[in-house]
Amino acid sequence: MLITFNINNESRTVEVFPMARLLDVLREQLHLTGTKEGCGEGECGACTVILDGQIVNSCLVPVAQVNGSNITTIEGVAQQDQLHVVQQAFIDHGGAQCGICTPGMVLAAVDLLNRNPEPSEADIRNGLAGNLCRCTGYMKIFESVVRAYQK
Amino acid sequence: MRAFVPNYELTTPASLADALALLKREPGVWKPFAGGTDLMVLLEAGKLPHRNYVNIWSLKELRGIEVTDNHITLGALTTYTDVQSHPILQSEFPMLCQAASETGGLAIQNRGTLGGNIVNASPAADSPPALLAYDAEIELVSSDGSRWLPYAGFHTGYKQMLIGPSELLARIRIPRNTRGATHYYRKVGTRKAQAISKVCLAALAKLEHDQIADVRIALGSVAPIVVRCVQTEDALRGRKPDAETVQAACATLSREISPIDDIRSTADYRLQVAKNLLTEFLLTL
Repeated sequence: MLITFNINNESRTVEVFPMARLLDVLREQLHLTGTKEGCGEGECGACTVILDGQIVNSCLVPVAQVNGSNITTIEGVAQQDQLHVVQQAFIDHGGAQCGICTPGMVLAAVDLLNRNPEPSEADIRNGLAGNLCRCTGYMKIFESVVRAYQK
Repeated sequence: MRAFVPNYELTTPASLADALALLKREPGVWKPFAGGTDLMVLLEAGKLPHRNYVNIWSLKELRGIEVTDNHITLGALTTYTDVQSHPILQSEFPMLCQAASETGGLAIQNRGTLGGNIVNASPAADSPPALLAYDAEIELVSSDGSRWLPYAGFHTGYKQMLIGPSELLARIRIPRNTRGATHYYRKVGTRKAQAISKVCLAALAKLEHDQIADVRIALGSVAPIVVRCVQTEDALRGRKPDAETVQAACATLSREISPIDDIRSTADYRLQVAKNLLTEFLLTL
């Protein structure tokens, strides 16, 4: 089937199998490889994207369900050469180690700050609860988000 | 082994009527597919035996929350995120909001639906204990019409339920009769977020003249289905919530549930925790 959606402010039409995972269409057909696959079962958040204003695990979304939708992946977070404050904060405060969880963490944090510009400590923990970091660098990630909203 | 996606069909009907017509025309061939948070996990693991699905995610008829004087009615596609942000659910049905907030992480809560949580029929599901304790009713629709039935009794055995192949779960209705009740919901899992429960208890009670009047108790992960513990409720009604009552209620509960050993916990641990949760609930009264 042919489906059309808006990705990072660009309209794209792709030929897909309806049950294909959004994750695979992003990586293999659109070559947007910033979105990572971790567990493939909705536990780790590495494949997080923003779909119609809400974060989702792209490994759990069949692509037929995004026809006509707006999607933001990690490639769409920076504006031209200007990094998002969350991205800059992750660089400045050591929020990334191996980097596999980072795109998902950044998108979860961007979504959190979109909904709640002054989150409490509990809000940040809750907002990132679905994203696992196997380097276990959680405190640096947490601090990066705190610094991002303080800007 | 991953599934071969070309083997799967996911068709998107234009309306609820079209979806129901398809289910009626080819009964058993098509199954509904909502937020995908359970089915896509099976797909990825190569364990999704059924091949043809109707995509109901975009059916507006199955969304929305309607409040009247006596009931709150939730579309089957109400997500866990929708539940948590609704003011009436927050004030009158806090156990449902808590269940929603403890199901997966935010990305799951944005896609997982109450209807899906019911018909996926997992005994470890998080919202069914709250729905059972709140005396929820469910509406099943087909092209022949609609019927309402109590949610209690809908599940008849492990993954077995009273729904026909041409029927779709459309709405969930909860009576607004919780004023003055004490609500208690506690899910015990391996970690705070993203865990599947080992035991989950949802209970509410009202006291009259220091005695337990209305009392409703439901438990998840302790039987082949999520259970309403009517014998334990009977053992509590009309009594003072004192030590003797707690002991009697725990003894009844031990006979009423049938936890098993599995990958998440053991029967012994589950039984002990279920009794501890019941005790903690009774001590809050």
